[in-house]
Amino acid sequence: MEKYRIDQSKGIEFGLYSLGDHIPNPLTGERVSAQQRIQELVEASQLAEQAGIDVFGVGESHQSYFTTQAHTVVLGAIAQATSNIKLTSSATVLSVSDPVRVYEDFATIDLISDGRAEIVAGRGSRVGAYQLLGIDLKDYEEIFEEKLELLKKINDNELVTWEGQFRAPLHNAQIMPKPKNGSLPIWRAVGGPPASAIKAGYMGIPMMLTTLGGPAVNFKPSVDAYREAAERSGFDPKDLPIATTSLFYVADTTKEALQGMYPHLNGGFQAIRGAGYPKQQFAQAPDTRDALMVGSKEQIIEKLLYQYELYGMQRFMAQIDFGGVPFDKLMKNIEIIGDDILPAIKKYTVK
Amino acid sequence: MKIVALAGSIVGSKTKTAISKVVEIIQNQYPEHEVVLLDLAEYKMEFSDGRNYFEYDGDTKYVTETIMAADAIVIGTPTFQASIPATLKNIFDLLPVNAFRDKVVSTVVTAGTSKHYLMIEQQLKPILAYMKAHIVPTYVFIEEKDFLRKEIVNDDVLFRLERLAEDTVMIGDAFAEIRAKKDAEYDF
Repeated sequence: MEKYRIDQSKGIEFGLYSLGDHIPNPLTGERVSAQQRIQELVEASQLAEQAGIDVFGVGESHQSYFTTQAHTVVLGAIAQATSNIKLTSSATVLSVSDPVRVYEDFATIDLISDGRAEIVAGRGSRVGAYQLLGIDLKDYEEIFEEKLELLKKINDNELVTWEGQFRAPLHNAQIMPKPKNGSLPIWRAVGGPPASAIKAGYMGIPMMLTTLGGPAVNFKPSVDAYREAAERSGFDPKDLPIATTSLFYVADTTKEALQGMYPHLNGGFQAIRGAGYPKQQFAQAPDTRDALMVGSKEQIIEKLLYQYELYGMQRFMAQIDFGGVPFDKLMKNIEIIGDDILPAIKKYTVK
Repeated sequence: MKIVALAGSIVGSKTKTAISKVVEIIQNQYPEHEVVLLDLAEYKMEFSDGRNYFEYDGDTKYVTETIMAADAIVIGTPTFQASIPATLKNIFDLLPVNAFRDKVVSTVVTAGTSKHYLMIEQQLKPILAYMKAHIVPTYVFIEEKDFLRKEIVNDDVLFRLERLAEDTVMIGDAFAEIRAKKDAEYDF
């Protein structure tokens, strides 16, 4: 776990992440400017740090309704604005970038931040980036596997000699700059089903698993499959951290939380996926067994501890700004997380 | 209520004739509802490639967005090789999962032989159920011999189409009312 900068004696890590979505606030119909959205992300990272939150993540998407296409640049700004909090991507769409450039960017963020940078590499659940950046979608599977292997190789070796299908070969290439401590934690972003969890396990790299909603137990097979696959390829699952992620909204009461989150969740789904979030399903969400993190602080703590028992994950990442949530609501969420949720979950998960 | 009448084939006339009749019935008997005919023969649709439906251009974007904005859909389909035509399946493939949630979907099917009378049950309804439609249980099965020169000549079929239009509107209204009541209970 040290290799991935995870210290289990401090209990489970709690992080915030944003996709950088840029959606009008459904309650007012107004959308802040892209500039304001980005600056508020930087400010949110500072508030998160002050609240004692462990990690802050920014992801990239290249469609309408997003604003952090250049997520590494935003992470660079956050690196400069903060001093303790870990910085990660959530996620980097590795398939559409050159792994050498990705590594250079994150190694640089690591130096700016004094050793706080991590990469979470994924394939992207939206396909717009492929067309925009000239990547053929028919290579969707293979291109990611190849690029992730190269990224890992760069991370593990001083000099890289490599040949593949989707990039010019490298001969004793030295990729610079080197991160502060020689290497970066590199995670694989995994959607719900086990297939890509198994690939992460075979490769022996940490997994960040999205558990956006529905019964938490439905994601357990992916966690098990990951650890089994890791073991089969000779890795010790005890050395490999797992992070889970979910949409998150906490308030003083369940009712307030439901009322606060629903318009944003529904509006965000409508804008990005083209269909809203069903009220019937949302009404079930405060149940401890449901993975969507909405409820009072007591309910959120229950949910996190339930999932910790279920998955034994080392990190939980919360997406608190989806669907045009205004900044004052964001601040309130961060405050409750820092004051009430972190102390409770850390207490129960210290090893 | 917004109703879309979809003719699911790009060839032949029977399905178009039948679905046009449904449109005529709705316009005459339920003028308070808005009905739009989408005849796939008139549109150039792309094959689904994984994009969100609203990320396509031109006809593909128009047809899918029109369907997604509907409260009720009457699907007309011919029978090709004992199933629905690929053109209709492509529409389903273009739409997101659960695309028919909170929508009423009814069906009209044409076929060259009576032996296909269960095609809707076996081929189309499972797809509609998977996509979360409120399926109108009865459908209208129309054979070759019920048509003459692009007109329906079997009174039984005409009566059944009237009942199908009524069921579609009635079930649409009922679900809208149930939903409103349930939403009021939810309190968020």
